[in-house]
Formats: sequence, C-alpha cells, structure tokens
Amino acid sequence: MSQVKSTVFLALQTNDDTRPIIEAIERDNPHAVVNRFPAMVKIDAPGRLVLRRETVEEIIGMDFDLQSFHINLVSLSGNIDETEDELVLEWKQ
Amino acid sequence: MEKTTAANPTAKKLSLKEKYAQMTRGLGWETTYQPMDKVFDQVKFEGIRIHDWDKWEDPFRLTMDAYWKYQAEKERKLYAIIDAFQQNNGHLNVSDGRYINTLKLFLTGISPEEYSAHRMFAMLGRQFAGVGPQIAAQMQSIDELRHAQTQVHTISQYNKYFNGMHDFRHMHDRVWYLSVPKSYFEDAMTAGPFEGIVAISFSFEYVLTNLIFMPFMSAAAYNGDMATVTFGFSAQSDEARHMTLGIESIKFLLEQDPANVPIVQRWIDKWFWRGYRLLTLVSMMLDFMVPKKVMSWKEAWEIYFVQNGGSLFNDLGRYGIRMPKYWEQTVSAADRLSSEAWNTFYNYSAAANFNPWCPTEENMDWMSQKYPGTFDKYYRPRFEYYREQEQQGKRFYNTTLPMLCQCCQIPLVFSEPDDPTKTCYRESEYNGDKYHTCSDGCKDIFDHEPEKYVQSWLPVHQIYQGNCFEPGTDPTAPGFDPLAAVLKYYHFGPGDNMDYVGSPDEANWLKWKGLAKEDPTKKAA
Repeated sequence: MSQVKSTVFLALQTNDDTRPIIEAIERDNPHAVVNRFPAMVKIDAPGRLVLRRETVEEIIGMDFDLQSFHINLVSLSGNIDETEDELVLEWKQ
Repeated sequence: MEKTTAANPTAKKLSLKEKYAQMTRGLGWETTYQPMDKVFDQVKFEGIRIHDWDKWEDPFRLTMDAYWKYQAEKERKLYAIIDAFQQNNGHLNVSDGRYINTLKLFLTGISPEEYSAHRMFAMLGRQFAGVGPQIAAQMQSIDELRHAQTQVHTISQYNKYFNGMHDFRHMHDRVWYLSVPKSYFEDAMTAGPFEGIVAISFSFEYVLTNLIFMPFMSAAAYNGDMATVTFGFSAQSDEARHMTLGIESIKFLLEQDPANVPIVQRWIDKWFWRGYRLLTLVSMMLDFMVPKKVMSWKEAWEIYFVQNGGSLFNDLGRYGIRMPKYWEQTVSAADRLSSEAWNTFYNYSAAANFNPWCPTEENMDWMSQKYPGTFDKYYRPRFEYYREQEQQGKRFYNTTLPMLCQCCQIPLVFSEPDDPTKTCYRESEYNGDKYHTCSDGCKDIFDHEPEKYVQSWLPVHQIYQGNCFEPGTDPTAPGFDPLAAVLKYYHFGPGDNMDYVGSPDEANWLKWKGLAKEDPTKKAA
C-alpha cells in the first residue's frame, strides 16, 4: 500500500468561463491549493473537494447550470458524485 | 427543495438523479426467441460474475440529450479556433521547428488509437448486458471518433507545411515503432469485454492518460501551439468522463462479486505495465522534444502516478486491490526512461517518420538539473560523444535492427531495474521456441498468455522475413538496398526521416522565420 496522502484534484481550462468556478471552489474549500499551469488550472485538495452551484451563482449573479462545467473540464480524480446542486470528488479511504 | 418551471409553475422538474434513472433504465429487454446468453455471448467467458447490471451508474448522470448539447458546444468552440489558426498562419507561431516533431508522433501514434478506441467501445456497447454501461460505451465510442477526426483535421494545417504527416494511417500500420501503440490497442480489443474496459477505461484512461494530456497539452500551450491545445482540451473534456467510466467500472466489477477481485487485479497489473511502456514516447516528448519545457517526465510521473495513483489505490484497498505489480520499477526508472528512449530514436533516425536531433547544450543542462543522479553520469557523456562525432562528420547511425519485446514490441533498450548500465532482457520458452521480453512486467504478461503473444506481428522479424517490401520487390537483385525498400514500403519521402539539422523542415522554418544564415532557397526545395 502506498503511503502517500490521498488528494483529489480537478483541472479546468484557463478561460473566462472557469474564473467564477475556480473562485467558488476556493471559497468552499479552504484546504484546496490552486496551481496555475500554461492554459490550465489544477486544484488539489486533501481528501475531498466540492463545487457548489449556489456559490457560482452568487459570484456571477445569474443562474448557472452545473453540468456546463464539462465543457471546460480537463481532468479530475477521486470518486465522483454529481447532482444539479453540487459536484463532489472524494476518496473514501 | 421544489423546483418550478415558467410554463407550468406547479410542475416539478426532474432532479438529475431522477432524469438519469428515467432515461437510462428500462431501455433493454429480456429476449424471448433467443436466450440472453446467446445475445450477449461474451459476458461469461472471462470468469467475471455480474448479478445486477442496474447497480452500474454514471456518477455524472449524463443523459443523451445533455450529451449532444455539450458535445455540440465543444465542436463549435473548436472549429472557430481551427479557422482562426489556419487564417492566421498559426503554424508559424510555435516556439521552434523542432516542436512540430511531437505532432508527427501524435498524429501517427496517438490519433489512430483514438479510432481504435472508437471501434472498441462500439463493440463494448454491443456486448455489455446492462443499459447503463451500454449508454456510457456508446457515448465514448462517438467521442473517440470525434477525437480522431478533430485531431486529423487540426493537424492537417501542419501537414501542408511540414514533412512526415502525410500517409499517417498507412505509416501507423507499418512503421516499426508505431506497432507499439497499435499492438497495445489491438491487444485490448481482442480481449474480452471486461478485460477491455479495465485495460482502456481504468488502467489507461483513469490511471495513465493524465500523463499525455495534462503536461503535454500544457507544453503545447507554452510552445505557442494554439491548435493542439484546442483539440487536446476539447478531447480532454470527454476524457474526464471516460476516466469516470473507468473508476465506475472497476468499482462495479469489484462490488458485484468477491470472485472478480483476483481477476481484476491481474488485469490491472497487466494493463498498468502495458500502458506504462506505451508512455515511453511521452517521456521523451516532455524531456527532449518540446523546446520550452513545462515539467520533466519524472515530475509528471510523481504527480500523476505516485501521488494520484497512490491515492486511487489507497481507496481501492477497501476492495482488496493493491498497487499494480512492479510499480516500484517505474519509479526507479523515471530517472532514465526518457534518455534511453531518445537515444534509441537518435540511433534509428533513418527509419523514423520524424526528425530527431542531438540534444542542445541548454536541453542537457536542464536534464542535469532535473535528473541530478543519472543524467551527467550515464547519458550526458553519450550525447556529447554523439555531438562530437557529428562535428567530425561521422554522425552515428545504427544500421542493425534491434531485438523487440514480444509483448510491448519496444526494442530491448531499457536498463535493469537495479543497474542503469546493463540492458534488461528476459527469456521465456513456449512450445520449444524462445521468446524475449524487455522486463519482468512484460515477461509475466507473456508467460500468462503465450498463445496470444506468440502471434505478435513484430516489425523487425517481419522485415527480416521479407514481408516489409512493396509487392514485386526482388531482394536478390544486384545492389538491393533493404533499408531503402523498407522505407518505400512505409511511404517515406525525402525529409520524412533523418536528422532535424539539415532537414527540409529546418530549412523552411529558418526561411519563414527570417532566421536563415545563407540563401535558404538552395536548401529548401
């Protein structure tokens, strides 16, 4: 068994669509670390990461369809659970 | 919380979960005039036990209506950028002409595998007896076709100006090193449906593709290649869904029956190793081929396999799954992989469909810094010696064909796990014949299914048997040049192969960028 600390991540394209998404993730996940690479942002978080629709809506001031983040998605890790309100990435063990 | 719509203020909108349940269940049926086992005739022979197909659920809960909506938007974005790229001579904006060689590798070695994956997932969609995985496999099959098409379309702009990319499909089926990715996908396609999905969706997509698409696409951006970043990210947004299919499939198989665990573990061991060997090409793209570098192969392996893969296998520990066999060897070899690979292509530049080069001083300094324990000690002296030979007009070309691994089909060029100075090879015997493999991982795979791997179409063997010449070639004719005959069979034209320095691509690049030192029209025909 590997001894590494279990971290989930979400990677998104760098563009105007993802700016509020990244900001929402930073607000809701104080433990997350945002790494900026050329053209791409990778957000790492120990154990669990959540993206909440309501937080994005607060930032952009209008309705947001959570599924639309698929267009700008680059990669992710962890067990995934998506509803219309939130996307959760987590390791169960 | 109750939701309302404008048209009918009291109607409740379906939640994502309900919508997924409504639109992905009850679509199949129990057959009556043929038994189910005959309709889905491949679901039992691998020994996998499935008790309830409905337990399989897509965690994104993507339904076909949403799928088409988002895919259409991705295509619109992509084609707008391809137009802009072509109209603005985007091919001239990359960091250096050397960079284009990564695209030659990509188009001949990766894009045709997108097409292979398209075929494979069409077969999986037909073979799985549950509606959930049928729909996911169907979406992925369409995605993979889209990837092959958009990559060919995007790279076609480069094909107008640079060599090595015409006849990419013809080359993929013939050129020696392209049998590595080709045979990898054919191996998965000819396995059963469950092994196929563990091979491609889990071991390749979930565990390993981050290594291709994340650091390489980021490097493409850093090197000014707008087109590749765009098709890469467009594909990658689908890829994230494929990765999700991968982890969902594994969990489904492991939760269905404890008897599935050892079978799945064996497949993970096999396909992790096969995939790792395939990524050898990516290691040299990151360390030697992209002029402006984003991260080293070793750093990428540390982030995407050691840390991310480690987290994954910690999680799968609850089912009794452990890290893939020989993963430690991949970590110790991370210091050597790219140098061993680039050395091989330098040796065989006459038979590659791109233009290799001796690493620049700047590249070697970067390698020394990224690989302090190995580069200066083992590899730098070798490259410096090559450079010295080149300067004396004695550029070394290896004209002896190498021995290939019976499993991964890569020449036996890797070093022993515990000794970087010694070539690693393993030997097995089957039906009185000897077979050679490049590593413990490949030997285990061969030994478990020798009847499959003795059939490998090994390019070197095929060349020596006379099977890689155009029809009508007479190898007994006086002055017969076997290398020239093989290159003709590959459809290589002038400039497709040989060194970057002195190549038509280099001459054109310098001319177009206004960097030529002498009259470039004499060189650049």
